[in-house]
Amino acid sequence: MNPADSIAAALAIPLAGAVAIALLGRVNANLREAATLITAVALAWVVWGLGPLLLAGGRPEFALTQVMPGLDIAFRVEPLGMLFAALASSLWIINSVYSIGYMRGNNEKHQTRFYVCFAIALAAVMGIAFAANLFTLFLFYEILTLSTYPLVSHKGDAATVRSARVYIGILLFTSIGLLLPAIIWTYAIAGSGDFVLGGILEGKISGMEVGLLLALFVFGIGKAAVMPVHRWLPAAMVAPTPVSALLHAVAVVKAGVFTVTKVIVYIFGVDFLFSEPSSGWLLYLAAFTIIAASVVAMRQQNLKRLLAYSTIAQLSYVVMAAAILKPLAEIGAAVHMVAHAFGKITLFFAAGAIYTASKKTELHQLKGIGRQMPWTMAAFTIGALSMIGVPPTGGFVSKWYILAGAFQADNLVAVATIIASTVLNAAYFLPIIFMVWFSKQEQEDSPQHGEAPLLVVVALTATAALTIGFFLFNGTVLELESQVVRGMQ
Amino acid sequence: MDLSQHLVAFQVIVPLLSAPLALLLRPRGLAWAATTAAAALSFAISLAILQQVLSGQEIYYEMGSWAAPYGIALAVDAFSGLMTIIVSGAALAALLVARQSVDKQIEAERQPLFYSAWLLVMAGLLGIVVSADAFNIFVFMEISSLASYILIAGGPDRWALPAVFKYLIMGTIGATFYLIGVGLIYMMTGTLNLADMADRVSQVTELKPILVAAGFITVGMALKAAVFPLHVWLPNAYTYAPHAVTVFLAACGTKVALYVLLRFDFVVFQPNLAGHEIQFGYFLMPLALLAILIASGVAVFENNLKRLLAYSSVAQIGYILLGASFVNMAGMSAGIMHFFNHALAKGTLFIAVAALAMRMPGLNLSELAGAGRRMPVTMGVFVVGALSLIGVPGTAGFTSKWLLISASLAQGTVGVALVVAILVSSLLAVIYIWRVIEAAYFSGPADSEQAVQEAPLQILIVAVTAAAANIYFGLNASLPLTLAEQSASALLVTAP
Repeated sequence: MNPADSIAAALAIPLAGAVAIALLGRVNANLREAATLITAVALAWVVWGLGPLLLAGGRPEFALTQVMPGLDIAFRVEPLGMLFAALASSLWIINSVYSIGYMRGNNEKHQTRFYVCFAIALAAVMGIAFAANLFTLFLFYEILTLSTYPLVSHKGDAATVRSARVYIGILLFTSIGLLLPAIIWTYAIAGSGDFVLGGILEGKISGMEVGLLLALFVFGIGKAAVMPVHRWLPAAMVAPTPVSALLHAVAVVKAGVFTVTKVIVYIFGVDFLFSEPSSGWLLYLAAFTIIAASVVAMRQQNLKRLLAYSTIAQLSYVVMAAAILKPLAEIGAAVHMVAHAFGKITLFFAAGAIYTASKKTELHQLKGIGRQMPWTMAAFTIGALSMIGVPPTGGFVSKWYILAGAFQADNLVAVATIIASTVLNAAYFLPIIFMVWFSKQEQEDSPQHGEAPLLVVVALTATAALTIGFFLFNGTVLELESQVVRGMQ
Repeated sequence: MDLSQHLVAFQVIVPLLSAPLALLLRPRGLAWAATTAAAALSFAISLAILQQVLSGQEIYYEMGSWAAPYGIALAVDAFSGLMTIIVSGAALAALLVARQSVDKQIEAERQPLFYSAWLLVMAGLLGIVVSADAFNIFVFMEISSLASYILIAGGPDRWALPAVFKYLIMGTIGATFYLIGVGLIYMMTGTLNLADMADRVSQVTELKPILVAAGFITVGMALKAAVFPLHVWLPNAYTYAPHAVTVFLAACGTKVALYVLLRFDFVVFQPNLAGHEIQFGYFLMPLALLAILIASGVAVFENNLKRLLAYSSVAQIGYILLGASFVNMAGMSAGIMHFFNHALAKGTLFIAVAALAMRMPGLNLSELAGAGRRMPVTMGVFVVGALSLIGVPGTAGFTSKWLLISASLAQGTVGVALVVAILVSSLLAVIYIWRVIEAAYFSGPADSEQAVQEAPLQILIVAVTAAAANIYFGLNASLPLTLAEQSASALLVTAP
């Protein structure tokens, strides 16, 4: 397939899948699930097909339409977007397997709507990953927000709707109120919003305005969940767990940090931003978010909320890494998107498996659950170790690069933050690991529920394997991402 | 005989002469059919005119070949071309919705009268936008206003009567102000033809009457256009009008008055009154800002869906005026672009409202519970229209908002404040739309599997088409943009 067609296909396949799912949903649930899986596999196949070209230095492009002069919907694949698209599309396959087990295991309602919205959300993720300019990115960013709303509010009861309102409220308010003016401002001063390596703003803007524009971007990209615009993420935990797993640990939140990274690398330009002191605040804010979110996570009793706050902290790792503005740290930012994705999706899968098997959601209920659900809790343990950054898990690799970048920049704040956060991560994950394996159940006569449904266990085992696998096999990713930083100071 | 050169005249004549015809068609449904046919023909004519206008040509037509100062002259450029499309398109879409909707709201024996009034409104509005003559504009304005009072009062809701009375009083004041202004200019120049007027005003030495005329005409048209704070007639008029009428008037009614305001000001006053662009900008910009902020804020607290959308219209008129008040190319084309986009978005929303009214018990938010499950297609259309109203990318509303914000940013320090106001208003729009969405999707008997009970197919087709148009023009805005830019440059050619 020629590369432009591949890009078009990556956008069209999930949309066509959504239509197929909607139609088949009326006929037969098995056919509908087959449609989801086929769509996911086809999407991943198309996206991976672009990989070799990217590694060889190719940058395929595809222009869809021109809305107004200077305002194009166009796509251009570059290493960061390639990585993001490959990550999201691959995990969608595993997540679909998991979803089928989970949604059936819990007898959820409106399953067709669920799968349709999921497919649309993935199409939006592809659009974000491949966007060639800010306008295109913004378009798909908003589609992602809107298409995930029905997923978050899935349960439909009053409490869920309230939380979903927080979700959509914060994401729409930040994107319309801050990101949109930032984008229009960029177009106004730079004449375009194209993503160009080295940035497009150098010489067009200076002084405090740089810091202000950066702030509009960073807070406008609410999906990156940098404090204080993080509250939507815990609120989104009312969604069914597959949504939390793929969207709110991978696709949506990574779309946020991906956009931040992309803006830093391709709009501002790393070297330009490094030379502008007014951009320095971002690193401190990200560092604060890491520490604060970790502290909040320690105080959570609900497992999914704990994971949500852990996600907030981990997202700010990516933002902080990008804000260090050194080559190794930029690589670390990209690698951490992958490493955290594998680990966190595993953790959410495990949380969902526990819920499906036992309806337990709170930490204190989990004592000794490891003996009943050994596969699930083994995967959970691997995921947690990756969050802490212990070898041999993927989390170690990215932390290594971010640390190296921090030393390269002599940035002691970043170094100290990483160390402190590692300690905090260990302080809230290790007791859980200890508790699930070694504590006795509170009531001996509590019912035996055993493992979660097979599909669920298969999925979480796969992602746990990926978490370890990424520690061993990350050469290709590093090679791809180092293309971005080549020629950087 | 070559008919094509007379298209401009037919634009007005077709609906005007169909009006008495519709009155005679007593058998059920016939009046509607005749009216719809006239509207379709009128829409086709406006498309044909648009074709000519887009090729850069301006149409000038003299009725009965009587030369301008004595005969009736019609003139169509890009701006009027855009307006004819909006008016005839809105009328056609509303009529396609009207068949079932009006059947439900108006007794069969009164329908011929109703449709006849509808055609008169159309003829009046189209007449205004193609007229080259200040007095004919007044005549057509009166025709459309008087007929629109009938339309609004035609519904079953008796609250329409006080609403229409208020509208009548305000509308008459507006028209009278306009007439006083035109009279003053006529006194000083002896002509009613707009282009002539512009020429002769430049020779007038005593400019005070002209200045007073400018004030009267601006305020009079602002009244008709529901410019804040002269908007008080609008919310109730929209709310209590028959639903199909709301579709029609909300999409184009106030915009025609805005058209006259801009046309008059930029043809006659801008080139001849020194510093008028500053008066114009400083007078309208604060009003536009207040409209944008206050009307959106009021909409947040409204409980009736139609009144909520009506207040949103007042705010949207503010967007148009804000763009115009910059008196530059970027702002003016953003404002004129919003003519088109807002007509599209608000038309779509009110079509959805008309569909909702076919099946739901009422239009208060609490009565819309469960609409999302009961009428999925209709609510889908509503959501698309709402996104366009908010200005989400990928919908028509985004393009004009983008242009407007870009134009505001170019205004320097003031511009930043304007951008903030626009964004605050957009966010308020998110809130008031969200209240509707939550009412429709998340309240009411939660899990009782309500049977799907959609609006009649004909209404659904119109609704889906309108929603599709919102998305199409969000992805490819070249047509409205070209028209808006041509219109703006034609208006601004005279500005200093």
